[in-house]
Amino acid sequence: MNHALLFSVFIVASCGLAYELIAGALSSYLLGDSVTQFSTVIGTYLFAMGCGSWLSRFIDRRLIARFVQIELLVGVVGGFSAAGLFSVFVWFSTPFKLALYLAVFLIGTLVGLEIPLIMRILKNDLDFKELVSQVLTFDYLGALAVSILFPMLLVPRLGLVQSALLFGILNALVALWALWIFRDRLSTHNPLALKCQALAALTVLVAGFLGAGRFTAFAESQLYADEIVYQISSPYQRIVITRWKDDIRLFLNNNLQFSSRDEYRYHEALVHPGLSALPNARRVLVLGGGDGFAVREILKYPGVESVTLVDLDPEMTRLFSTAPLMRRLNDDALNSPKLVIVNADALQWLEENDESFDFIVVDFPDPSNFSVGKLYTSAFYRLLEKHMNIGALAAIQSTSPLYARRSFWCVVTTLESVGFKTAPYHVLVPSFGEWGFILAGRGAYTPPEKYDVKLRFLNEGTTRSLFQFPKDMARVESEVNRLDNQVLVHTFEEEWREVLR
Amino acid sequence: MDRRKFLGRLAAGLTTLSACGRSTDSSAPPLPPGDFIGTSPDIGHLLRVPGLPPARETQRVPVVVVGAGIGGLSAAWKLAKSGFRDFLLLELEASTGGNSRSGRNAVSEFPLAAHYLPLPTPEATATRELLSELGVLEGDPHARQPRYDERYLCAAPQERLYYNGLWRDGLLPLLGVSGAEQKEYRRFFDLMKGFKTRRDGRSRAFALPMALSSDAPDLRALDRATMRDWMLSQGFTSEHLHWYVDYACRDDYGTSSAEVSAWAGIHYFSCRSGEAKDAASDAVLTTPGGNAWLAEGLARSIRSNAGDRFLNGALVFRVEEKDEGWLVDVWRPEGARSLRIEAKQLIWAAPAFLVPYIFTGNEDAKRAGKSFSYAPWLVANLTLSRVPASRPGAPLSWDNVLYDSPGLGYVAATHQHFRQSTRETVLTYYRAFSRFPPQVARQNLLAWSREECAETVLEDLERAHPDLRQLCTRLDVTRIGHAMARPTPGSIWGPARRLLAADGTRLRFAHSDVSGFSLFEEAQYRGVLAAERTLRRLGKRFVSSLV
Repeated sequence: MNHALLFSVFIVASCGLAYELIAGALSSYLLGDSVTQFSTVIGTYLFAMGCGSWLSRFIDRRLIARFVQIELLVGVVGGFSAAGLFSVFVWFSTPFKLALYLAVFLIGTLVGLEIPLIMRILKNDLDFKELVSQVLTFDYLGALAVSILFPMLLVPRLGLVQSALLFGILNALVALWALWIFRDRLSTHNPLALKCQALAALTVLVAGFLGAGRFTAFAESQLYADEIVYQISSPYQRIVITRWKDDIRLFLNNNLQFSSRDEYRYHEALVHPGLSALPNARRVLVLGGGDGFAVREILKYPGVESVTLVDLDPEMTRLFSTAPLMRRLNDDALNSPKLVIVNADALQWLEENDESFDFIVVDFPDPSNFSVGKLYTSAFYRLLEKHMNIGALAAIQSTSPLYARRSFWCVVTTLESVGFKTAPYHVLVPSFGEWGFILAGRGAYTPPEKYDVKLRFLNEGTTRSLFQFPKDMARVESEVNRLDNQVLVHTFEEEWREVLR
Repeated sequence: MDRRKFLGRLAAGLTTLSACGRSTDSSAPPLPPGDFIGTSPDIGHLLRVPGLPPARETQRVPVVVVGAGIGGLSAAWKLAKSGFRDFLLLELEASTGGNSRSGRNAVSEFPLAAHYLPLPTPEATATRELLSELGVLEGDPHARQPRYDERYLCAAPQERLYYNGLWRDGLLPLLGVSGAEQKEYRRFFDLMKGFKTRRDGRSRAFALPMALSSDAPDLRALDRATMRDWMLSQGFTSEHLHWYVDYACRDDYGTSSAEVSAWAGIHYFSCRSGEAKDAASDAVLTTPGGNAWLAEGLARSIRSNAGDRFLNGALVFRVEEKDEGWLVDVWRPEGARSLRIEAKQLIWAAPAFLVPYIFTGNEDAKRAGKSFSYAPWLVANLTLSRVPASRPGAPLSWDNVLYDSPGLGYVAATHQHFRQSTRETVLTYYRAFSRFPPQVARQNLLAWSREECAETVLEDLERAHPDLRQLCTRLDVTRIGHAMARPTPGSIWGPARRLLAADGTRLRFAHSDVSGFSLFEEAQYRGVLAAERTLRRLGKRFVSSLV
């Protein structure tokens, strides 16, 4: 009997450490900063075990029945701890950290009760020296076993949710086993009720264990939402496309470029206020924008005879002109007979060609480094101007006037410094936030009276409101962004650092 | 110890010093391929021993300009612009431009030596005239703050320093430098600002061109001490400040602050008063090919005004004044024949040290020429398959300097490319051998193989770029034995330089040597001045570029 009980000490200790590791791993998985998470979880857990040990003095009678119930409680609470915390993180607005430390404290306290109770149960069968020696030996052996199994076998094979449930089942089995071992001593304590409790706990845990696979997949899909459907590293950037339900997202170097749910707002705003104001536009140029969405909007105008798309990365245009999913999103715009795709450095192409256009869409990434920063300088806009026909307009994506207000107005100031008249405007794109664009031309711009093309977002009324800037986005003084100062890159970096803090 | 052994030891010493005790790793990838490019020491050294054959044919031309670096090109530019076409411009190398030439490969054009021009000062009228002619200075060339073509201004980020294992913006070490030292920085720059704004009558204390500087006795006295001693006498003890000033002296003069005249050292910090409408006053003009665009612009202007007046691959080996004119003997390695040119007027726009080897008679000029000493330079062009990583720290800049390096760092040729993305690049690395007597360092440089040169360059840069050997696909080396005159104490206000600066009846010297140090503005000023003096002597009318 002693050996059996000592083996259960081994199991109990394993389970105790396992819950601690699971909580630590889960919190660093979800919150990051694993040093802090592990340190605080282990600290809380050990402190709670101390509390449990102290509380054990208040259990005076029916030690074995209490031990069985505590085992069942540890099994159920610990077993479902990972699943519960996952759910809190994904579905509830409850502060996750509060739930985490409450769970850790509860499990720790229960685990802290276990060993003192076992020692007291065994104290009549062993002398004190043997008792302490054997119980603690098995306690630490159990910890060793789990600490090795946990990272090598359990997490990779079962995942956190199922691992926790497995240990919960073990706790429940220890309880059942204790009921069997002490069946003689328990006869006076209503053993039937205990047996029912044990079986109920075991059933719930086993059911949880069997259903956990599906639960984890579901919860993780909620968390990371998006299944990665395509990824490739081109010489220029890392292209990742994710999908969840009908939401397809493009990330370039981990920066979100569009969400298929609201990209129409962005691309309608980028193209139509400008192009609808140019009824005679025949030739259009798109710089950047290899996803083909801007081209899709441009092709809605039957008067447009040719569109030239200049994008640095052949992988981008290849992907968006061949993958069926992407072709559906951009209405197969990249295979239009009106379109010419040029994979070239936009600056080099503008320098080496003398074609000119009626409308130019400038859709470059945000000015987050000195290379891209060149595409927002006065030198660039001077070059751009040489490719614009009389009356032509350029529509320029210019980051967020809300999050990067000085950056946005810096682009406006820079355009004006080379002689452009500008019409800045903004639009709410939910996946981006408030976003800014600038129309630049040699003359004053008047918004279109009406749109003759089919649109989902814009109409005459909303268009007028786009050009109104509320107080928190209103114009601020700015320097001209030049090749020799690149003030925009510095400003942009400062402003987005504030936002992301 | 014989000479060869001595040089061998010196080479070993140089390598060890530059390598900071790093042993050569046998598993390191092999050296990238490359060549010696840019200069032809073999042809120049024919002057050491007499014996080039006498000329069989003779050509007559009123004015001969010897040397087509910036000095000679500027002289010819002024002659041609004034409508005078009867001159011939002789150059030893196959191409004109001197220290302002460039090379080119599939990745980029890159400088072979000089690589930037600061915004011209108000008194650098000829420089402003040229920049205006080339379309880079927009509007009135005499404006206090002219507008410059943005594409020629050095793009941001301009410079960075590798110090304590980290790249940081700017060239002054700041991280981990004590408050007391930073106070010294401020005091030093305040002092330099005082010199910059000081005027004696109509002259600036330190003008550029230097000929227009004040000759106040207290300023001339600065030419008697070295920069380092002068700083110490002013109570500057900051190690980092001394490094910075020494770096500046090595960078501009190829000479350490312990050997540079304090007048020249202070001139560096206080002469540059140029301003621009849309750029910071410390902005510089540069291109992927360094200063080659200036030399090419001069040559283009000469051609359009006077036709082809160039004779390249022409080594002048003997010059004699005879019958109110000059006999100039030229060796042409291509075709292996000599040519005699008879001229009325001679503009000597080659370095002054050549005068004793070539002139017959003119003993004063020969003595003056002998008194000049020259810094030898090694320039290496490293073609890289991609821009080297610099994380953490400041990104690749135009000028990239390593603290406590025997070299002067490197410039990135692709920095001025107007391109959306840069992958491959060419770095141009500079080293002036200022730690050794110039004569010794020069002989040593000549004795080194291309591989030895490449090894020492890579060793220096690998401290900051451990992956450099893997990235480098080609490493070409330019050796310039007499790259620039060293402005040592006494050389600025001493008799030798002033003798060369004087006007003659039939001879003028037109080289930056005449100013005592090698700057574009100086070479151009001396060339234009020599041309104007020659035109005046010939009775030709012209509009001066120097007022």
